[in-house]
Amino acid sequence: MSARLFLFGDDIDTDQLAPGQYMKGGIDELTAHCLEGVRPDFAGSVRSGDILVAGKNFGMGSSREQAAEALKKLGLAAVIARSFAGIFYRNAINLGLPVLIAPNLPDLEDGASAALDLDAGTLTLVDSGQVISLEPLPENLKALLADGGLVPHLKKRFSRERHKEHGQCA
Amino acid sequence: MTTPTTLAQKILARASGRSHVAPGEVVTCAVDLAMIHDSGGPRRVEPILQDLGVGLFDRNKVVLISDHFVPGDTDEGARILELTRAWAKERQVAFHDGEGICHVVLPEKGHLKPGMLVVGGDSHSPTGGAFGAYMFGVGATEMAGVLATGEIWLKVPQTILIEWQNRLSDGVTAKDIMLALCGKLGMDGGQYQAVEYTGEAIRALSMQERMTLSNMAAELGGQAGLIAPDETTIAFLEKAGADLGSLDWASLKTDADAPVLSHHVFDAASLVPQVAAPHSPANSGPVTDAPGTPIQVAYLGACTGAKYEDLKNAAAILKGKTVASGVELLVAPSSAQDQSRAARDGILGTLEEAGAKLLPNACGICAGYGAHRLGEDVTCISSTARNFKGRMGANSSKVWLGSPFTVAASAVTGRISDPRPFLSEGAAR
Ligand code: SF4
Repeated sequence: MSARLFLFGDDIDTDQLAPGQYMKGGIDELTAHCLEGVRPDFAGSVRSGDILVAGKNFGMGSSREQAAEALKKLGLAAVIARSFAGIFYRNAINLGLPVLIAPNLPDLEDGASAALDLDAGTLTLVDSGQVISLEPLPENLKALLADGGLVPHLKKRFSRERHKEHGQCA
Repeated sequence: MTTPTTLAQKILARASGRSHVAPGEVVTCAVDLAMIHDSGGPRRVEPILQDLGVGLFDRNKVVLISDHFVPGDTDEGARILELTRAWAKERQVAFHDGEGICHVVLPEKGHLKPGMLVVGGDSHSPTGGAFGAYMFGVGATEMAGVLATGEIWLKVPQTILIEWQNRLSDGVTAKDIMLALCGKLGMDGGQYQAVEYTGEAIRALSMQERMTLSNMAAELGGQAGLIAPDETTIAFLEKAGADLGSLDWASLKTDADAPVLSHHVFDAASLVPQVAAPHSPANSGPVTDAPGTPIQVAYLGACTGAKYEDLKNAAAILKGKTVASGVELLVAPSSAQDQSRAARDGILGTLEEAGAKLLPNACGICAGYGAHRLGEDVTCISSTARNFKGRMGANSSKVWLGSPFTVAASAVTGRISDPRPFLSEGAAR
């Protein structure tokens, strides 16, 4: 299945992803205004399964996880960037939004169709057939994403532990 | 023979129960302390804990501090503070309510110790690194996970060593060091690694100044901002009532030959006061090159800009002076403790006589809250850590960053000004 690429530059900060002035309105309002300062039509035009591609230091700034939550709500399949700000990166994985690092990202065309293979860590451009390799995710993060984020992951772990406490295991 | 290691490796090895960890390894660490505030804390973590059906991993290792919505002057703020207070009672955790900004209150109340692994629910959590603790910020979901399990995963970082040789000149501060570093290394210069500050200039700094360095490791994009503990650290913590026991703090340092990612060396003696133009701390340069932009608001506030020493520095400029007409000087002391000390020492009186308006011991307009949010087209010089567009108020407002000295000097002249002439004038008198 192919997705459309939405291109952004360097240093996209959390105040742009989740603008402080809409914080009161909750996640739905934040999502509607996500990135509007840089690209006013973004929330309106992005469709489920699309991919955001950015430059370096994506998600810098505050620890507010609404920045990642808004992107997840918009249905993005993944965010690919030359580099991520650390807290944003962790928040995204914890919320089940795949984030992939591609230090040597070539210049891409906005709106191009591409197919993402999370397992293989590749992005294939539909028109040219060019394959872009992404940094593989560490195993622990793959497991988190596979469970859908930290909360479902912990639920699984706690239910396993409760199971053990009830004496089924050695 | 043991392999030489960095301070970060030493702390993370202990926290993960191993004898040695190597950069790049993913390890699970036991959390010694978790700090949360009213904004990202109870209101966001409690629903997740409920969903998971578990309580706190250890209530004695959780500290809650209200600072973002203090003083609760809106309906929403009041409601959030209400919820925060009820949670503190129910969960029986240490709670500092309205006593100041979390990063300042945490060490001031003796909660931090060198060598600890600490997780904070705020992006400026690297502040704890000033005390030789590996402290970093996480979002609310991850914090809920920490509160539920007492564990967190980490990729063992490489260390970026930042050495400042010689001593800072009069009128030049830790904030100037950080603005210069943001300009030189950029907002991603830290690469989510451990930034560690060393050198004679750093050792000569007080703890409050060191806290500004560690805090703003966040602006460099570092995960942590470490400073190896020394006598200055221990004296501060003992006074704060931290229980140091038989802690072998002297071993908590980066070995001389430990491999690091990079080692930058700067000369503190030649550093001049810095300002960062809107809308990034990386837009920084010497105040002497700045265009003397007129300002309407001068803000002394936030975790990096209104601690006791910051207030003292501002007062050294403002003594016997008055704020320029058309300029509002707002002062939000970082903590209640620092405020009463400044009041006792006459510093607060000096600021008020100069025309300063006193605001609560809280994040205030640094977080974009409260009646004093910057209005349309207002230009402000601020002692805070960040000047992103719209952060402190209207999108059209413009925030310059500078040290408390520079903020005070600019308040007097009504335009962005070099504080040093004021200090030499004072000394000559
Ligand atoms: S004062 Fe500003 S930088 Fe410090 S914790 Fe509060 S909002 Fe964050």
